[in-house]
Amino acid sequence: MVALDETQLRDGVDRETVETVQSMAGTYKHGWETEIEMEFAPKGLNEDIVRLISKKNNEPEWLLEWRLDAYRRWLTMESPDWAMLKIPEIDYQEQYYYAKPKSMEEKPKSLDDVDPKLLETYAKLGIPLKEQMVLAGVEGADEPRKVAVDAVFDSVSLGTTFKKELAAAGVIFCSISEAVQDHPELVKKYLGSVVPQNDNYFAALNSAVFSDGSFVYIPAGVRCPMELSTYFRINAENTGQFERTLIVAEKGSHVSYLEGCTAPKRDTTQLHAAVVEIVVLEDAEVKYSTVQNWFPGDENGKGGIYNFVTKRADCREARAKVMWTQVETGSAITWKYPSCILRGDDSQGEFYSIAIANNWQQADTGTKMVHLGKNTRSRIVSKGISAGHAQNTYRGLVSMHPKATSSRNYTQCDSLLIGDKCGAHTVPYIEVRNASSRVEHEATTSKVDDDQLFYCRQRGMDEEEAVALVVNGFCREVLQELPMEFAMEAQALVAISLEGSVG
Amino acid sequence: MLNINNLHAELEEDSEVKILKGFSLTINPGEVHAIMGPNGSGKSTLSYVLSGRDGYAVTEGGATLEGVDLLEMEPEERAASGLFLAFQYPVEIPGVGNMTFLRTAVNAQRKARGEAELSAGEFLKVVRAKANELQIDADMLKRPVNVGFSGGEKKRNEILQMAMLEPKMCILDETDSGLDVDAMKLVSDGVNALRDAGRSFLVITHYQRLLNHIKPDFVHIMSDGRIIKSGGPELALEVEENGYTDLLAEAAA
Ligand SMILES: Nc1ncnc2c1ncn2[C@@H]1O[C@H](COP(=O)(O)OP(=O)(O)O)[C@@H](O)[C@H]1O
Ligand SMILES: [Mg+2]
Repeated sequence: MVALDETQLRDGVDRETVETVQSMAGTYKHGWETEIEMEFAPKGLNEDIVRLISKKNNEPEWLLEWRLDAYRRWLTMESPDWAMLKIPEIDYQEQYYYAKPKSMEEKPKSLDDVDPKLLETYAKLGIPLKEQMVLAGVEGADEPRKVAVDAVFDSVSLGTTFKKELAAAGVIFCSISEAVQDHPELVKKYLGSVVPQNDNYFAALNSAVFSDGSFVYIPAGVRCPMELSTYFRINAENTGQFERTLIVAEKGSHVSYLEGCTAPKRDTTQLHAAVVEIVVLEDAEVKYSTVQNWFPGDENGKGGIYNFVTKRADCREARAKVMWTQVETGSAITWKYPSCILRGDDSQGEFYSIAIANNWQQADTGTKMVHLGKNTRSRIVSKGISAGHAQNTYRGLVSMHPKATSSRNYTQCDSLLIGDKCGAHTVPYIEVRNASSRVEHEATTSKVDDDQLFYCRQRGMDEEEAVALVVNGFCREVLQELPMEFAMEAQALVAISLEGSVG
Repeated sequence: MLNINNLHAELEEDSEVKILKGFSLTINPGEVHAIMGPNGSGKSTLSYVLSGRDGYAVTEGGATLEGVDLLEMEPEERAASGLFLAFQYPVEIPGVGNMTFLRTAVNAQRKARGEAELSAGEFLKVVRAKANELQIDADMLKRPVNVGFSGGEKKRNEILQMAMLEPKMCILDETDSGLDVDAMKLVSDGVNALRDAGRSFLVITHYQRLLNHIKPDFVHIMSDGRIIKSGGPELALEVEENGYTDLLAEAAA
């Protein structure tokens, strides 16, 4: 009985996928644009622009200096070229680095005061900005769980929901620009402590010009009472998005955080260079999930987002645990390696990834597991799906340092090919510098099997439905790591992003 | 119901390999026909050509289901119009729950026919009852489609799919192979429960023993891509007793 009821739940999720897929006519469903008056900083990048962004955010002097320092370092650095990506030359002077809806000039006191047009944008995306609303429930779930949302529109955060309820638990969840005002000591202590300004080219650029993003602080011993999430929306044209997220989990705390991303369909490419830093202290646990659905470009490879992201978690103390789950379906180019620094003894890092590249998309993504402490554990499960003319690379580093004795890593890396014009590549780097640690790596590459598709079709599914079902099955191990509310969305996305890949 | 007329088919990628060479058969509503024949005579190919699998080219003849040209349709359209194939080798689909698969299939067909989809509750009730009859437990419904199933479990699972989809024309390709006596009984009971005046069966089998459980109205012997002899159930017993050799020689003569 129990088993059957569980089946029903899982089943509901899948049926939804199929319905969603069928109800979608176009391929990218978030490609519309919100027409709204914007305030831009002048085009291009120089020290004055950095100063202007800092001033707009009313930042303290130390932060301006920190940004300028980053900017000067960035000038001396070069764009990384080791990934298996063909990145067209980016003209950094042809972009805007700051864009803010005019109606946000005076900061609204609460979400109720935000421009209705902006609120509509999120309603259209299906993101609940009213506290009585929750994300579409999952069949069989006893009680819809609450999800707090921080909505970031181009360079600014519109507001965050459930602030009071979170504050009562001692949790701080606000935009990073607000955190700079209200909790400067925390920001100063942790900003750049996981991803230093000069970590890499894109991180340096982000450090110089980051506009907004989310800040999360979970005090010692607190289990965050609800899911936290941030929805990033790029709307303005020729505008880079440089968000910065900082999560601090004090001793014994627990939080699950999710980010979602969408952008309008455009012929021109757009740059998105984000940095996410997570600090995990003793016995704390952070689960960070991403559903990345930036515009991938059209079926001829025109337009799309360049998604160049640095994400890192520092398990600073004993038994700290971090878990990255990502569903990467969008973007023209993805360059992203969410990493775990396993510094504390017995700390744990996990990375679950689905990366889909269709049409002319390119993805070079994976993780780094850096084992520094004794008896540390890491687990990597990567599912790469390539279709059309896409190239999809898994790149992963597992490093066991001399002091990381008795540590373990398990890596499983599966690639699925749809059609014969796409490519899948696996590039593992493994370094073991002590005798008691063990690293296991398994990799498979397969093609979507004609027999499977025919079997599904003989039972009545059309070809796209069949592919969606088979691919969702291939991704199951990762999908089930997502918070329930988002598993549905992710399954639908998997299906949608593969539309047109067969037949 | 099903009308197959002088069907010729060859491999798409090698027109030298001709498999069906003038196969004709008419099955009326409610009838059960059995096809027997030596390995390699084209029985599975017949089921694939009828259900629309890629890889075969029909060079002559045709087939209709209730008067509608089958060969013009996509496989899923054939399914929605009531054609079901229980596979000789059911396919594994890792990561996809058996129940999910079933419900996606049922609703896809209902949708294609313009019928309302079954709610989760209704669906579950029906599946439970039918699974129970085939001794398929909750665990098997939850496991990924056919992955790690025993031979008998796979075949029972095919019959469960058939029971859920309620097709008009059921083709069973060697559903008895790999079954022990008990499983054979379960599967046959499942098939017999579905027999009615509006539903027809084409039972492909190598051995007579299945036909003790599923009593056919007609038995056909197939060899080298066509029917060489037709008769009643006694023909199956003849094969059981004497093998195919005499029949083949008779046909060649
Ligand atoms: N895809 C294929 N490639 C090569 N030969 C095939 C293929 N499909 C069928 N055949 C050949 O066609 C003949 C009939 O096969 P099949 O329909 O499986 O027979 P049966 O089911 O009666 O044993 C066999 O000789 C087989 O080798
Ligand atoms: Mg056969």
